Amino acid sequence: MTAGVLWATVLVASVLSLGLKLAGHLVPEHWLATDRVQRTSTLVTVALLVSLVVVQTFADGQALVVDARVPALAVAALALALRAPFIVVVLLAAATAAGLRALGWG
Amino acid sequence: MSVAVATGLYGISFGALSVVAGVSVPQTMVLSLLLFSGGSQFALVGVVAAGGSPVAAVATSTLLGVRNTLYGAVVAPLLGVRGWRRLAAAQLTIDESTAVAVGQRERAATRAGFWVTGIGVFVLWNAFTLLGALAGDALGDPRSWGLDAAAGAAFLALVWPRLAARPAQVVAALAVAVTAALVPFVPAGLPVLAAAAVAIVVGVVATPRPGARPGAAA
Repeated sequence: MTAGVLWATVLVASVLSLGLKLAGHLVPEHWLATDRVQRTSTLVTVALLVSLVVVQTFADGQALVVDARVPALAVAALALALRAPFIVVVLLAAATAAGLRALGWG
Repeated sequence: MSVAVATGLYGISFGALSVVAGVSVPQTMVLSLLLFSGGSQFALVGVVAAGGSPVAAVATSTLLGVRNTLYGAVVAPLLGVRGWRRLAAAQLTIDESTAVAVGQRERAATRAGFWVTGIGVFVLWNAFTLLGALAGDALGDPRSWGLDAAAGAAFLALVWPRLAARPAQVVAALAVAVTAALVPFVPAGLPVLAAAAVAIVVGVVATPRPGARPGAAA
């Protein structure tokens, strides 16, 4: 992306984000209180985040690869299972990948 | 306050990842100041880093922000604010402020929890984004610091508490399959949107059966 396109991307996404937040404060609550809306929103959030995990961990451009990010994600999952705080999870994953690469793998 | 501190530290990762993705320091700061929704910001930068289109970047970021609309509808009646305060409340409506606000029993504690958490996260998130962005310029190869793996771990940590229910687990499995199947064949950014589309279909079509119990055999 050129700098101009990137600026447009940043600004449009920012305005839409604020617009979505403001909409929640302005529309009548019962419009959004239906089970179907709540359920679908929750599921969309789950799908987006899980999909991003897969892309961030296995994608290298358009190729699917196994490198140091995979054991790093496993360490993160273990830390989450042990109820580690968010920042600890993120730091352990980064340290795992950095360590493996320092040893010459992935 | 622990919520605000953890989020502030998380901001370092975002700032660093953003600049190494090719987003400038001013652009990175606009994201943290104006967009101000961690998941959406990471997603936008992730699509840019992967060489995705502007439309895919905006769409992914925006879809992730839809949950803030639902949060707004929940907290607005509790806060009861008008005018410019309503705009400020809207901008501060995120996972953390909503969770703290609805976790209080007293109306006064709800309002205090929302504003303290929202403002605390906003200030720390932006301060640490700037720190991370400036450091990211100096870090060199982000991979040698494991920052790419940190992004995946951050998304996993965000989704982890949402995976308790069976429908969420089913959608998560579908999202993995759809994403892995599409990555080699479509431009960056689209596999994530396809996963979201699958979730919308499941959410709209799948009507809970009367008498069905959570955890019953699927």
